[in-house]
Amino acid sequence: MAVNPKTLPKPTPETQHFWDGAKAEQLLLQQCDACQHIYFPPRPFCPECASRKVSVIKASGKAVLYSYVINHRVPKWADGPYSIAVVQLEEGPRMMTNIVDVEQTPEALVLDMPVEVVFDAVSEDITLPKFRPAGGAS
Amino acid sequence: MKPRSIAIVGAAETTELGKIPNASQIQLHADAALNAMADCGLGPKDIDGIACAAEWPTDLAHYLGITPTWVDGTMVGGCSFMIHLRHAAAAINEGLCTTVLITHGESGRSWIGSKAMGNNQASLGGQFEIPFGCLGPPTMFTIPVLRYMKDRGLTHEQLANVAVVQREWAGMNPRASFRDPITVQDVFDSKMIAYPFHILECCLVTDGGGALILTTAERAKDFPTKPVYVLGTGESVETPMISQMEDFTSSRAFKVSGAKAFNEAGICHGDVDHLMIYDAFAHLPIYGLEDLGFVKPGEAGDYIWERNTAPGGELPMNTNGGGLSYMHSGMYGMYALQESVRQMRGVAPAQIDGAKISVCHGVGGMFGASGTIVMTNEK
Ligand SMILES: [Zn+2]
Repeated sequence: MAVNPKTLPKPTPETQHFWDGAKAEQLLLQQCDACQHIYFPPRPFCPECASRKVSVIKASGKAVLYSYVINHRVPKWADGPYSIAVVQLEEGPRMMTNIVDVEQTPEALVLDMPVEVVFDAVSEDITLPKFRPAGGAS
Repeated sequence: MKPRSIAIVGAAETTELGKIPNASQIQLHADAALNAMADCGLGPKDIDGIACAAEWPTDLAHYLGITPTWVDGTMVGGCSFMIHLRHAAAAINEGLCTTVLITHGESGRSWIGSKAMGNNQASLGGQFEIPFGCLGPPTMFTIPVLRYMKDRGLTHEQLANVAVVQREWAGMNPRASFRDPITVQDVFDSKMIAYPFHILECCLVTDGGGALILTTAERAKDFPTKPVYVLGTGESVETPMISQMEDFTSSRAFKVSGAKAFNEAGICHGDVDHLMIYDAFAHLPIYGLEDLGFVKPGEAGDYIWERNTAPGGELPMNTNGGGLSYMHSGMYGMYALQESVRQMRGVAPAQIDGAKISVCHGVGGMFGASGTIVMTNEK
């Protein structure tokens, strides 16, 4: 699917590292140095224990398809019905994404199927992490 | 709060509902407020507390000629009015004011004088959800449902059936937008919006408003209307991001708010005669029935299928037709409250004979917030 240029992310000081990472084709999470909690979306403190001592870690990019819808009210900038999905990362956090390189149908999009991150450079500054069935296109 | 210390003495919706091309959003608030004041024989000089959402309390107070000693502009989406009611009850009991007006008005369909809710591209949702092609609630609020269906065994038929049963209630309500009976097959044959949701499983988009007036239970007997006492109240919030809700099969905000209201009211589920669960989409009554504890996790689809919430059932739910068939201006919570008040006054179009306790449960955002009000007509 194409991307609506009016809804590109605007990074903030707290999230810039994530978008820099995505541009370099790395999926970055954060981990608390005090309690080891791994979390997303980004913030400069641990939402579990409030420690400000946190580190940026690189995710494996492996996930499973947790839930989704297939949007059928197709906007001008898209080329057909598309999935809006939530994946559960191997490291624990969930994130919203699109499932790509696969038919956008309930038959092809099966809950709990393994998926892997791919990077979609949608503008000069912004690369969106998307996911495809693990092992490449099906 | 202390049960039965506060009463709803005035309640009304806008004169018209549906498509109202001749009124701006603030006028919809005012129309409902004037109707509620007329309902209980008060004027603007008698009101000393004001709460509203989507408009500033400042704007409403000025527009209506009210000089408040207490204001509340809590805005957490469609359940803001349940939360206003809760805050108002506490404020009156604390002596901050004596008579509170809560208003809602929304030009959700005609968009006259409404503020567009723009996308904040720097918010967490604007960065980590919207860019993936989200187009408002039908593509977001619905995302947890496939997970619920897999984990709890809910079928597509059971999801569609929520809309079917609510249409039965709407058929009994002359003010409902859609009144013709529908079948599960009609739902399946209706336009796909965001799989697994068809258009008949999504709420209406309308214009309208509503208002409530609260005072002490002691003063309530001096009013011409039958008092409806506030028995218990709850509120909570979870997350503005649907992707980050803790459990896709249950709303934490629903559970916290509901438990608080039931505990405060000192009631058990069997005491409830009438139930409103805010239904922006067909899955909300299913989550609500389970998270409020009326049934166990995974049982709500069957419970509705077996007609327990339908006309003649043991737990009449969404008796105005709900957001799916009655009306939905965007923040539906006020209309759910209005129907609970009508049922407690004994004047609802689909009146439940002898109903004494009504539970009114709201959602704000997309499982982001919740407010629960328990009402009774017994002192
Ligand atoms: Zn921590």
